[in-house]
Amino acid sequence: MSPMPGSSKGTSVKARKRRARQAAKKSQGGSRKVGKKNSWSLLDRVGLATAWATGLLLCSIAFGITIYLAFKGIQYINLDVLITSPEASTEQSETGGFLDPMVGTVLLTVLGTLVAAPLGIAIAVWLTEYGRPAALARFVEAGVEILVGAPSIAIAIFGLLIFQQGFMAPFSFAAEGGEVFGRSFFAAGAIMSLIALPFVVGGTREALNAVPKHVREASYALGKDQASTIRRVLLPSARSGIATGTTLGMAQIVGETAVVVVLLGATLQIAPEGTVPVLDIFKGTGSTLTSYVYQNSPAGEGNAPEKAYAAAFVLMLIVVGLNLIVNLISRKGQQQWG
Amino acid sequence: MEAASLGTKAVSKEEDPTNRRVELMLGVLASSILLFIAGMVIFTFFKGLPSFAANGLSWFGAGGNVDEQLGAIFNSPAAPADYVYEFHAWPLIWSTVVISGLSVTIATFLSVFSAIFIVEFAPVSLEKLLDPVIKFLAAVPSVVYGLLGILVVIPFINDNLINEEMRSSVAYVIQLDGSSVLAGVLILTFMILPIMVALIVDSLRAVPRVWKEGALALGANRWRALVTVSLRAVRPAIVAAAVLATARALGEAIMLAMVTGSIGFAPNPLDGLLFFLEPSRTLSATILDGEEGLSVEPFGQTMYAIGFLLILSCALLSFAGWAVRNRLSRYGIGAK
Repeated sequence: MSPMPGSSKGTSVKARKRRARQAAKKSQGGSRKVGKKNSWSLLDRVGLATAWATGLLLCSIAFGITIYLAFKGIQYINLDVLITSPEASTEQSETGGFLDPMVGTVLLTVLGTLVAAPLGIAIAVWLTEYGRPAALARFVEAGVEILVGAPSIAIAIFGLLIFQQGFMAPFSFAAEGGEVFGRSFFAAGAIMSLIALPFVVGGTREALNAVPKHVREASYALGKDQASTIRRVLLPSARSGIATGTTLGMAQIVGETAVVVVLLGATLQIAPEGTVPVLDIFKGTGSTLTSYVYQNSPAGEGNAPEKAYAAAFVLMLIVVGLNLIVNLISRKGQQQWG
Repeated sequence: MEAASLGTKAVSKEEDPTNRRVELMLGVLASSILLFIAGMVIFTFFKGLPSFAANGLSWFGAGGNVDEQLGAIFNSPAAPADYVYEFHAWPLIWSTVVISGLSVTIATFLSVFSAIFIVEFAPVSLEKLLDPVIKFLAAVPSVVYGLLGILVVIPFINDNLINEEMRSSVAYVIQLDGSSVLAGVLILTFMILPIMVALIVDSLRAVPRVWKEGALALGANRWRALVTVSLRAVRPAIVAAAVLATARALGEAIMLAMVTGSIGFAPNPLDGLLFFLEPSRTLSATILDGEEGLSVEPFGQTMYAIGFLLILSCALLSFAGWAVRNRLSRYGIGAK
């Protein structure tokens, strides 16, 4: 009378019902009882064993990385490294902390998101709600896809090319001979927005596509035109999708290194440029947590692995936090049209 | 999406000026992205053109030590007429092809099997646990993988896999210290694996249950049903995942610059297993390493030439992936 998978004979109606319920809960549960062991050829068994082995390998590596990083991070992190600025020194104990890189990460993320969010929403709205002429829409779609696949280092050096043009001097600073430096928070933030853009577009499009047709029609029936329907009906209902996409984009910005190394200059501390407060920071150079980890690894100039581990730990915490936010938002926004 | 735009088209009033203005504004914003991409391709090409022009097709070929060539370009005389351009990128291209190719191949194999495990065989509790873990792994910044590589994997390779005999056998060309193709392939594989697994898992879950049940009803066992029905149906998603992973691998600069030794050396397949222990440097890692020299005119032009090659290969790659997906997706589900 046991509801064990495989025992097809002599099960009571009750047990069968229970099994049906379990199967309904787990969509593929139903197939589990059908496989008779004797119909499995050797190749099938090898395949099954490989699937189990790779699956468990993936699990163990995932947990290995997480636990190792957490262990190393907690070992080397302390309040001091969080609130002191980095200093150049050959002694690991005198290299200070990573306050400036943390501020740099926040500044760059805010700057990049401020550009990426409106632009991404605009692109997504145009693609889903207008999309005319159709050929142009296809091209824009392909463009967004190319942006996902384009190497960030190539985007970064193109960004440098733009920001080194003479007319871009207000965004960084010009040397004596008129040569524009091209590396600043402005430059890095602008290019970072392109790294985040596809994620904002993706999240917003998904949410807009999920809004049923009758919601739009109800709005038109009430006399609203398309523009105000978008503003008053569609965008508010796509809120959670927009937020998910934007947060994913922010995680990309936080984790991006190549753009920072090329476009933010490589100063350890935030080095303001010019005299206007606030604006001088954005015109100046600095570092972020990612470039700090890079510079302090044995591959960089600093070579302070303990600091690098601590900074990597903070970086991971930020990424985990952003991931949790994404999970929360998407869970909350799920049953909207249910 | 089709349904939505059909609905709006039927109702919207073309002559409404506000609406027209909104549409125009959004369209211009959306098209600006095309302008950016076109600008990127064109400007990078023209900036790199002198390097291509000076070397012709031998730019892609082998010849000489690529690091010495880059050094000579960097130190070329100030007068534009005397710029040195001689550059043969083959070691870098070879390194990129080997490292990306190997890791994408391994990762495709591993990701298909792990996705099957997660969707079909893993206990429910493990499946629920793995979902967020994979999303998290996909979001781990590459510099963190690089840090783990340089502080954990490289010392391990250096201490356990390389012996003195190996070191002395190649000592006249290259020094073995653990930074190697092997380290690069290993870490790159696990960097792209979560992205691929996430994509394939999503589409495996979307395979209609009745399709599988049809196969089961015809007498196929569970594994056969999986391979003949589910796996065939998700082929477009596997291609999409592989294309995305290859793009990632081609563009990965930081991590590879940290773990592959950053030496412009083409590992020699004739060295047998030693091949994997030799250092090298990919195209994107070369740009990152040369980042400080970008303002030196001929050196910068060489770097932009490499950048153009990278952009071009990524664009061709996504086009090829789109074409393959189009062919496969007639009977498939998932990524379109």
